[in-house]
Amino acid sequence: MADEAGIVAAPPRRRARVPAGVMLAIAWLVVILAIALLADVVRPYGITAMDLRARLQPPIGFGGTWAHALGTDELGRDVLSRLIESIRISLQIAFGATIIAAVFGTTMGFLAAHFRGWVEQCVLMLIDFQASMPFLILALSVLAFFGNSLVLFVCLMGLYGWERHARISRGLAIAANAQGYAAAVRQLGARPMRIYLGHVLPNIASTLIVAATLSFPEVVLLESGLSFLGLGVQPPMTSLGNMVGYGREYITRAPWIMLAPSVVIVLTTLSVSILGDWLRDRLDPTLT
Amino acid sequence: MLRFIALRVGRALLTIVLVVTFAFIVLRLSGDPAMMIMSPDAPPEALAAFRQAWGLDAPIWLQYLKYFGAILQGELGQSMRDGRPAIQLVAERIPATLTLTLPALALKVGLGIPAGIYAALHRNSMTDRVVMTFAVAGFTVPSFVLGLILVLIFAVQLGWLPSGGAESWRSIILPVIAMGLGGAGALARFTRSAMLEVLGQPYIRTASAKGVPWGAVVRGHALPNAAIPTVTVVGFMVGSLMAGAVVVESVFSWPGVGRLMVVAVANRDLAVVQCVLLLVSATMVTSNLIVDVMYGVLDPRLRGQAPAGGGH
Amino acid sequence: MSLLSLDGVSRVYATRRGMFGRPVAVRAVDHVSLAVEAGRTLGIVGESGCGKSTTGRVALGIERPSEGSVLFEGAVMPAPGTPEWRRMRARLQLVYQDPLGAMDRRLTVATQIAEPLAIHGIGDASERRDRVAALLRDVGLRADLAARHPHELSGGQRQRAVLARALATDPALLVCDEPVSALDVSIQAQVINMLTDLQEARGIAMLFISHDLKVVRQVSHQVAVMYLGRIVEQGDPEAIFADPLHPYSRALVSAIPVPGPRRIARVVLTGDPPNPADRPSGCAFHPRCPVAVAVCAMTTPTLRPAADGRLVACHLVDGVAGTA
Repeated sequence: MADEAGIVAAPPRRRARVPAGVMLAIAWLVVILAIALLADVVRPYGITAMDLRARLQPPIGFGGTWAHALGTDELGRDVLSRLIESIRISLQIAFGATIIAAVFGTTMGFLAAHFRGWVEQCVLMLIDFQASMPFLILALSVLAFFGNSLVLFVCLMGLYGWERHARISRGLAIAANAQGYAAAVRQLGARPMRIYLGHVLPNIASTLIVAATLSFPEVVLLESGLSFLGLGVQPPMTSLGNMVGYGREYITRAPWIMLAPSVVIVLTTLSVSILGDWLRDRLDPTLT
Repeated sequence: MLRFIALRVGRALLTIVLVVTFAFIVLRLSGDPAMMIMSPDAPPEALAAFRQAWGLDAPIWLQYLKYFGAILQGELGQSMRDGRPAIQLVAERIPATLTLTLPALALKVGLGIPAGIYAALHRNSMTDRVVMTFAVAGFTVPSFVLGLILVLIFAVQLGWLPSGGAESWRSIILPVIAMGLGGAGALARFTRSAMLEVLGQPYIRTASAKGVPWGAVVRGHALPNAAIPTVTVVGFMVGSLMAGAVVVESVFSWPGVGRLMVVAVANRDLAVVQCVLLLVSATMVTSNLIVDVMYGVLDPRLRGQAPAGGGH
Repeated sequence: MSLLSLDGVSRVYATRRGMFGRPVAVRAVDHVSLAVEAGRTLGIVGESGCGKSTTGRVALGIERPSEGSVLFEGAVMPAPGTPEWRRMRARLQLVYQDPLGAMDRRLTVATQIAEPLAIHGIGDASERRDRVAALLRDVGLRADLAARHPHELSGGQRQRAVLARALATDPALLVCDEPVSALDVSIQAQVINMLTDLQEARGIAMLFISHDLKVVRQVSHQVAVMYLGRIVEQGDPEAIFADPLHPYSRALVSAIPVPGPRRIARVVLTGDPPNPADRPSGCAFHPRCPVAVAVCAMTTPTLRPAADGRLVACHLVDGVAGTA
């Protein structure tokens, strides 16, 4: 049996050109991640270490010394050290929450797509409920009723954005099930786990990752907002929002206390957004 | 069409029921309110009296029904600190919040949508890039950071505007900008991509190829079609009129519902928290309902379908 | 005993007509009985919407019949999704119309051909490799092509790959649902020849579903013509093509382009294609039938043997019309 003439050659892989803005974003994120991972090593002082002779010192360039590169606060605590620790805690919370949301959301989406029927209706109702309520108010309510443990807080943040992942995974799983490779593999006799984990999930992973980069910065903003209000991360632990909240008191006398974490928040969310946009343009332009 | 509206209204009501149930569950799960409010070592008789006064000693399903009934009657409990009915406390502050959120909404829509349209029509021009940079900055800078920076510049350094409180008309300016700018940025970005998507459609090219002047093509074809998804986003913003103010009101010490909520959460004043939760969800649900119905009016393709999310 | 037999099978869907309509039962398949013998091919032919794909799915057990029974190798077809149903997949397989959609674009063709072996636990790693190599030879696919991804192959190559995957577990029955419709005509011929060769070599039975009469004629030992969910004529392909008895078969056969003068005059059907949600009374074909008489609108004809052993469902052929 001869092969047909006109064999299609394998298409060449495209060379990716990464724009400058995205490079900067990636660079910043690498720095932030490094700081978060190496916080204990990099930090010059402990976060509660007080240097009472050096209270409210301004940062370098505004009259300060290298001993406290970003200045100190009212209690003589080094702003740089607190900033480093805050970065770590905020990132930990944001990563933990994003992963929880992604896993939970994707599982719910798959359950809805696989079982259809009333299971699907339940999941859809929950998705609608979540999507139609401003998360901040829901979070505030839960915090009011349940108080303030860190574990609870991370789980609460983990409920942010799960509906996005659920919608995506349900839609893509249904599309795959109806026609196409998932139906074909099921026809081969595969069990559902094999279909979802071995075929559907790898195929939709890129879309899910893009969705995660959309919700990551939003979680950071949410957590810092709540911490700013004093309802999130509690002292003695410090987070970026926490620092801004604390620095608010000293906005007239020592604005750097509030500015340093604010700048970090903005640059980090900006970088993840830029990265996410670029990834989306490359991988899945249909996602909004 | 009637069935379309009926389905939407049904879903809206169901969402509100879910919110009430959610509030109830969270309330009861979080432990014994009596011990939380009074303190764990209050004498047992005082705890029992408290429970009785608040109806906490009945079986759980009965509590739920009573709870539901109370809410339907507008009986949302009394502020545990203040003693006054929660609903009164909240209602008093609604006008103050609206004074901020309505102008902020106007700012978001009035600045965001035209900016987005302009950027889409002049794609990749310098203006487009500038608008988009501002837009991205708008939504990556959290409102409290923006608020504090505005205070730093305009109140502390320049002394032009007050940094808080609600005395004069000048007190409104900074909070409104802090609330509105972020939303304007997000809306500009969204409008731009909606417009770009519509402009890329074959029917736009056809209209233009038929000789229709570009302005008319935009007005008659592009804008109405791009309006459809934009309406959803604006609807969401309207719905979160109440919620959006929470952080900004705290930054500017503005005596509105948002600030009340934060204080109530810090003090575990559950009746007030509950009341605000219901108020916000009612606003959101109503606004979503209106948007859904408008969607059906604006987009004839949707009239025969199940509510979004149920069919795809 | 037939390898596969459908007995009085119907498949009814409940749908709603429009936004305000009452629920309507759509009979995609209506009292279909057919049998596929081991090593032989039954072709099902008809226009879009006549229910042939649904029949194929019911035959495979992907959907449960609303009425009637499906027997495979003498045993009742288990419910879809159950472990027995999954095990049975090694014995009967489906070949798709759209080979690109039926394959996972992330995995190489070789991996996907080996997948049924992995699912059913057949052989170890080296045995599977050997088997995949043998399958590639059987379908005429070069070994280096198998290391590519589905979207890097041409349409014909993809269809061969899908076929190789279907044959991996050595099934007794292949259901082919429009397997060549998406291919160029020259490639169609090659794939059809390959199918018949494989059938001879391996003794596989086939249920061949298509709207293309020429193709069906080439591969089938028996042909069933379907209209609106019912079989209207069934029998030897050559007999049906040479002398179609049912008016619908006649119209179909007459539409086949032939060079030179026609043996059968061209029959052009009037009216719109039928809507399964709104079945005509009596014989479903009567609104478009050029020779319909009064009784056709009143009673539905049943499949009865005609003179030469064919089954036909038509009042006129039965000779009932004479008494109308």
